[in-house]
Amino acid sequence: MAEEPKNGDAVGSGVGGREAEEEQVVNPWEVTAKDGGKIDYDKLIEKFGCQRLEEPLVRRVERLTGRHAHVFLRRGVFFAHRDFNEILDVYERGEKFYLYTGRGPSSEALHFGHLVPFMFTKYLQDAFKVPLVIQLTDDEKCMWKNLTVEESKRLARENAKDIIACGFDITRTFIFSDFNYVGGAFYENMVKVAKCVTFNKVVGIFGFTNEDHIGKISFPPVQAVPSFPSSFPHLFSGKDNLRCLIPCAIDQDPYFRMTRDVAPRIGYQKPALIESSFFPALQGETGKMSASDPNSAIYVTDSSKDIKNKVNRYAFSGGQDSIENHRKYGANLEVDIPVKYLGFFLEDDAELDHIRKEYGAGRMLTGEVKKRLIEVLSELVERHQRARASVTDEMVDAFMAVRPLPHMFS
Amino acid sequence: MGYTKDQLLARLKELQIDFFCYDHPAVLTVEAQAKYVGHLGGALSKNLLLKDKKHRYYVVSALANTNIDLKVLSQRLGLGKGGLRMAAEEALQEILQVPLGCVTPLALINDSARDVSLLLDQGFKSQQSCYFHPLTNEVTLSISASSLDKFLISIGRQPSYVDLEANPAVGKDNPPDLASLAPSGVPALPDKVENAVTSIPTGNDGLTVKKPTKLAGEAKSLAALQKEKLQKVQSSIDPLAEATNIEKLVKEIMDKTSTAFLNEITKDLNDPQIAPSVSDVVKRRVSSDLEHMMMSLKNAAYTQGFQAGFQATLRSSLQSLSMQK
Repeated sequence: MAEEPKNGDAVGSGVGGREAEEEQVVNPWEVTAKDGGKIDYDKLIEKFGCQRLEEPLVRRVERLTGRHAHVFLRRGVFFAHRDFNEILDVYERGEKFYLYTGRGPSSEALHFGHLVPFMFTKYLQDAFKVPLVIQLTDDEKCMWKNLTVEESKRLARENAKDIIACGFDITRTFIFSDFNYVGGAFYENMVKVAKCVTFNKVVGIFGFTNEDHIGKISFPPVQAVPSFPSSFPHLFSGKDNLRCLIPCAIDQDPYFRMTRDVAPRIGYQKPALIESSFFPALQGETGKMSASDPNSAIYVTDSSKDIKNKVNRYAFSGGQDSIENHRKYGANLEVDIPVKYLGFFLEDDAELDHIRKEYGAGRMLTGEVKKRLIEVLSELVERHQRARASVTDEMVDAFMAVRPLPHMFS
Repeated sequence: MGYTKDQLLARLKELQIDFFCYDHPAVLTVEAQAKYVGHLGGALSKNLLLKDKKHRYYVVSALANTNIDLKVLSQRLGLGKGGLRMAAEEALQEILQVPLGCVTPLALINDSARDVSLLLDQGFKSQQSCYFHPLTNEVTLSISASSLDKFLISIGRQPSYVDLEANPAVGKDNPPDLASLAPSGVPALPDKVENAVTSIPTGNDGLTVKKPTKLAGEAKSLAALQKEKLQKVQSSIDPLAEATNIEKLVKEIMDKTSTAFLNEITKDLNDPQIAPSVSDVVKRRVSSDLEHMMMSLKNAAYTQGFQAGFQATLRSSLQSLSMQK
């Protein structure tokens, strides 16, 4: 579900073909900027019809949770939403909500871009003390990436381990894979949703064509239905009015536009969304982050030596070509990847401001910025690997067991 | 939101309090402030925001050269030895609604500070004018002690002047002499509604004065409702959930560790304000890692329990099944 930005990695014939050549393309299977440039997020918000996540909302979150807002909120990584203010209203009144996010397990190797929505979701779980369901869409990958059923189920379990290592609380988290869980009340909701969406509609939203197989065309309800608490009778029975908040990357918006459209028609609450921008590839915004090129991203299995090597050799620099020019003109912060990555992962606002100022003025050199980034990333990777080491198959089984979570709101 | 400097000064004017204001670049310490206004003849103040183990807050405002021993003060307040420490940076923002380096008795004008106790150095009384920050680091307010009293009384406070350097014995026969100054109520969490009330500036015309009181009435009843809800939740607290509350555990561990360190370090320091900020930095760095490690522990322990439970159920089902045959 939470996909990495795959510039040009479009799968499925004709997906995105309905868009004019000059415009940017953003949907769950393709993300391409206009003319090989940068994604225009303002245009995207306007086109999709969601809201910008403004400062006052961030302050409100801080007040309600009694703690510093997450780095991603402070830096505008999560920058758009639908009805997030309603969720905060609900929470302020003392009512609860639950979180729903997911991943399409298409590859074994996860990189930092994949972890972004999970890191943020963990913060939401801790800050608001609410339960979380995580969907692993192994069926989707089986269909779109043409994997065998066994392979996609295996990848789902492997990815689950890295997801668990992000630090989710087992007493409040239910992880499920579609191949294991679809059925019962979940499937009943899928049928209810499917009845409300015509073929024409899905073609319009997702760009399917007559050549696409019927598996793809009937998939969207699978990703829609976890937004409804009645899909999880072992967790939320009797709580039909429980609101749902979905943290995801903005390319997933189409699924939930469809869901929000259908919800009132079947007597359910609309899910709220909080959406992130795309994580840039190491070689720059216009580069392709691809699973086949290990140097396009920092993976969670990288050693600190790998990280040092990748950042020093492949991270696109906005610095000038010579030291004299750099001192004169300063760095181009718009395209500089190390500074952008620090924007994601350096916690200290004051230090980031300082770096941006000094680097932009040419007083700090690229090497220094890269060195700091390597430190920050190495710490993160080390912490992840330490947590990952204690995730066993039994733990995955426990997270995925269909069990009640009696302390999920404590 | 909190009062601004201008709102505060407007209030002083309404109360017909005489004061002077000196503008200067932002200052974070008494030494820096002294560079700009030290020569003007008034008395510089040093102001601390302190916190005790029951999460009650104290503003201690003293002449710059008065010696303050937190351990002695802690005993005199009836908090035992080492019961007082510097409050965290966030508390300045949340409770006093002032920036770092700007602790001032005048911040008690904010409703969020209503449960904060105020201790004033009796040395202020003999000074012609005393220097405090009027809710901003870029201005020094010069005001006499009696004018300060007038202000405090107007916001519903009893000014309490104390000999901060005194070190009376505290024991069975000598009860803590400042115990009455410790806050009595549990501080309520600052909530949206109460902030909305304090941000309405009081004016001289009848209209604006009426609004705040009506809203204050609503705010109080809403706040009372929220307090009730909080109490309801607290009474049905789940012991297992409490024991596995990682954030709380880590905070307690870090607090205990840093208090122990601080008590050792501040013994020799002149300025007791440096060490706490160092400990805050250390806390932040270690807390994050500690929290992640604790989450791994929690998940692993749950998994072991889950397995055991599953095996136990399986065994007993198999047993009862074989017995049926």
